[in-house]
Amino acid sequence: MADLATTTPGGFLLILAILLPVTGIILCFIVGGRHVDRIALGLTPFGLALAGAIAFRVGQSGKPVFYAIGGLPPPLGIALRADGISAVMLVAAAVILTAAAFYAREKFATLDGVRESRGAISFWIMLQAIWAALNIIFVGADLFNLYVALELLTFAAVPLVCMDGRPETLAAALRYLLFALFGSISYLLGVALLYGACGTLDISLLALRVRPTPAVWTAASLMTGGLLAKTALFPLHLWLPPAHANAPAAASAVLSGLVVKGSFFLTLRLWFFVLPALSTEQVAAVLGGLGSAAIIVGGVLALRQARLKLLIAYSTVSQIGYLFLIFPLAAGAHAWSTIGWSAGLMQVLAHAFAKAALFLAAGVLAETVGHDQIVKFGGAARALPLTFLTITLAGLSLTGLPPSGGFSAKWLMLQASIASGQWIWSLPALGGGLLAAGYMYRILTPALSDGKISIERPPKRYQEVIAFVLTLIALALGFVPQSFFDFIEIGRPLAETGLS
Amino acid sequence: MTTAALAGLVGAALVGFGLYGLIVQPHPLRKLLAFNLIGSGVFLVFGIVARRGAAAGFPFDPVPQAMVITGIVVAFAASAVAVALIWRLYSETGHVTLDPDAWTEPSRERES
Repeated sequence: MADLATTTPGGFLLILAILLPVTGIILCFIVGGRHVDRIALGLTPFGLALAGAIAFRVGQSGKPVFYAIGGLPPPLGIALRADGISAVMLVAAAVILTAAAFYAREKFATLDGVRESRGAISFWIMLQAIWAALNIIFVGADLFNLYVALELLTFAAVPLVCMDGRPETLAAALRYLLFALFGSISYLLGVALLYGACGTLDISLLALRVRPTPAVWTAASLMTGGLLAKTALFPLHLWLPPAHANAPAAASAVLSGLVVKGSFFLTLRLWFFVLPALSTEQVAAVLGGLGSAAIIVGGVLALRQARLKLLIAYSTVSQIGYLFLIFPLAAGAHAWSTIGWSAGLMQVLAHAFAKAALFLAAGVLAETVGHDQIVKFGGAARALPLTFLTITLAGLSLTGLPPSGGFSAKWLMLQASIASGQWIWSLPALGGGLLAAGYMYRILTPALSDGKISIERPPKRYQEVIAFVLTLIALALGFVPQSFFDFIEIGRPLAETGLS
Repeated sequence: MTTAALAGLVGAALVGFGLYGLIVQPHPLRKLLAFNLIGSGVFLVFGIVARRGAAAGFPFDPVPQAMVITGIVVAFAASAVAVALIWRLYSETGHVTLDPDAWTEPSRERES
């Protein structure tokens, strides 16, 4: 990577993408409680436009976009860097956060003549803080800066879990926080050791300086362990289901669709961008093995859940496992590692949209029928046809049936595992698909059967439509042209010394 | 043994004790204290890194020191959030435990 950082044209967009949500948060504090929802919703189009502009800029130049903060290039200053995957993730985050914001606009609105509530203020501020933290994670190029972003993400995500203040949600939030604190302090220790060994924390500079010494190995293991705890990879997944299942629907969609992807994104950055000199078959096998275990365990546990939201949360545990198959399938510089890379990124996107849609649809369902016990859904599909169409189509993508983003991702994974001679990874990929089909079937069977379901309040049409649109995006990902896969290759370093 | 090596060993020991406490202690407040113990160990390691990485002309490398300050602020904020959550959990349930079964017990005894 000779492209060391000086600000490139359009680099200012990166800093704007971070400043926009932060400005929103400050405005919320200044202008006060009655207008928080309007401020947050009003800023979403600008956030979308900025993400789109960055993606356009990266695509147009075909090279990563840089911004050196304060005009100081690394190692003294801190750089921001947007490559293909950053740009794609920025856009995905902008779309899902906007969808979640509009979905939640009534639930957390402050009506005229009603006192403003603490819940509404926290929701909108935390939503914008998540947006800011994710944007920093996607464009950050300094490992310590990324640590701060990771913490910001946690502090914004934890309160969303316990919005309604019931004891279970408080315990879920506390458990989440404790896991996350372990993760971040472990990551920070790794950062300290890495700085001690290499004297810099800039990703591009580190990639040139890293040598496989014991200190660097220790740092890499600590950082990876910490990030896995935050990503909820098996066996560190225990916090995820109660946290994601107890949050309000819009928050669950953001937490499951995006927040866990933040720490996964950093794991990718770490192994493919900082430590390609360290990547070996053993590391890839360990991460892939944990991923495979997560696919199976998460899938089996999802089959056993009585509550819809818990089922969806365990499905997240399973789908996160798929993400880690990217480590054995995209390592090194081979013809097949490009396929593995495309597969991993496609899985990130397909899961983000499908899972967000599923949680939003589950929210509509729970509001309408007043519970989320799967066995009592008899006749619900007749009462809520659009919502069940959303659930079915999102399930199609999670299962990996064509045409959908989930199908593309799993198909590419199978291709990469066969082409690389690592056919063993195709087994969990296929098994996870079967399990996903099983747990989606468990939701749909009672819902499609005859029965009289009592409707507590009519569903809100715009919420159903928002969830449906997200599902359509997950399906549309199955039709992306080759240029999309070329786009996510922008800025991917090809390891000189990597997996054999 | 040099001072730096001694400080490094102390840092490692703090991280080890903290990690043990975080995993073994069931009480959330003790887990939080264990987290702070790990934090102290990590900050000590940063201090040694600052000393070892000293470039010509500087007695210390200022970059890790700047990071330690940020790290301390973040750890402080994290502890504050955790204490707020623990406090809220206590005022809602009368217990400080992550085990939902304990909340339904009639006795509102203080756990320590």
